[in-house]
Amino acid sequence: MGLELYLDLMSPPCRWVYMFAKKNNIPFEHKQMVLAKGEQHSEAFAKVNQLKKVPALKDGDFTLAESTAILVYLAQKHKTADHWYPSDLQKRARVDEFLAWQHTTLTMNNGRLMMMKTMAPMLLGHPVPAEKVDAAVQELNMSLKQMEEKFLQDKTFLTGEEISLADLVAFTTAAQPLGGGPDILEGRPKLIAWRQHVEAEIGEELINEMNQVMEKAKAMLGGPVDPAMKEMMKAYLQKML
Amino acid sequence: MGLELYLDLLSSPCRAVYIFAKTNSIPFEYKEVTLMKGEQLSEDFGKVNPLKKIPALKDGDFTMSESVAILLYLAEKYKLSDHWYPANLEKRAKINEFLFWHVNVIRSLIGKDFWLKILVPTVLGRTAPAEKLEAVEQEFSAALDQFEKTFLQGKTYISGEEISVADVLSLCDLIQATCTGQNIFEERPKMAAWRRNVESHIGMELINEAQKVVLNAGSYSKDSMDSKGVEWLTARARLLLS
Repeated sequence: MGLELYLDLMSPPCRWVYMFAKKNNIPFEHKQMVLAKGEQHSEAFAKVNQLKKVPALKDGDFTLAESTAILVYLAQKHKTADHWYPSDLQKRARVDEFLAWQHTTLTMNNGRLMMMKTMAPMLLGHPVPAEKVDAAVQELNMSLKQMEEKFLQDKTFLTGEEISLADLVAFTTAAQPLGGGPDILEGRPKLIAWRQHVEAEIGEELINEMNQVMEKAKAMLGGPVDPAMKEMMKAYLQKML
Repeated sequence: MGLELYLDLLSSPCRAVYIFAKTNSIPFEYKEVTLMKGEQLSEDFGKVNPLKKIPALKDGDFTMSESVAILLYLAEKYKLSDHWYPANLEKRAKINEFLFWHVNVIRSLIGKDFWLKILVPTVLGRTAPAEKLEAVEQEFSAALDQFEKTFLQGKTYISGEEISVADVLSLCDLIQATCTGQNIFEERPKMAAWRRNVESHIGMELINEAQKVVLNAGSYSKDSMDSKGVEWLTARARLLLS
């Protein structure tokens, strides 16, 4: 039995694992999970990841959670090109630094805003108060500013002149919205240029494929949602808001 | 000019870096960045870390931040004993998994708990709403359950029979939680046993030295703050309560 990746492509951390594996031709069985239907709470999945979160990896008997840990594991196990996770000490430290930084800043703030704009109205039956959305927008803008001024600066990619895991992670958050929604990078030419470089590296084919799988994942959201799951998500949302 | 570590021992990630460097006899210059005086906001420090956060490291022209990344950098640069951050792929991956989970889940809850129970009352002069406190406590308890069941699992150390960066990082954070009256170790014997293992490996002299500041409540009283400190702490406290 080969590598299995448990992913819900609606979740950005799952997307960056998927993209990395595909880009590097790492063979894997895609185990599709639908969080909105509570599939992460199944007993079977608990054997893969006790934390009941995606993404999760199963490689023979070895299981692993946490998207950034998974990315580093795949890079090292499959000996991907050095630039993804450089062997040079300081170059690697730059990548580690970004991977550590992003979770409670860029990724969390973007996730919160997405949730306020899409899921919350759906689940709570009413839009989120404007001040809360505005505050979330401000937090995200702060993260983008930090990303540009501390990490990108005048480089081509976030940690140097070659693409790395850091760019893949940030790209998923900053990617052009499907179906023409507002672009979070609007008004930030440096970041837009960076995004174009990342897109060129990843390649049109993989980007199109990602868009297609996302459309499919979105479609899976339709239909009945496990009522207990719905309650849990409502409670989670209310806490967050 | 050698390695410089920019720290305030009031902060748990700083303590982790401090203890890790000292226990491995890594020579460094200690650069104090006093949080209660808002020194992390200074222009000078901004040159070391534009994100204006500690811990931060300067090694010649190279600067970096984020405690997890710093620990890994030190482990590799000084070619420390393998157990700190094993070369074995799967062992390393499991430590990475823990490090990221811990920082994202436990550390953020400990931070909230500390702010809500100690810093908010100190700077705003009122207690945080009971529901907020309860919510954090509940989540924290659930996170500790996960710590014990998923990660520690009754082993001597988090990654097995040998100490690693995971143990240093997480113990420093968990001690911070005891400052707000969380009786983690009294209530959880397996965690208490693990704590004893980590402390005996590192040695109580270094542990006490590193924790002297945070275990002294006077370190984060209003008297220890100057106007800059009060300003940023107040802004953050208000944000947390909103």
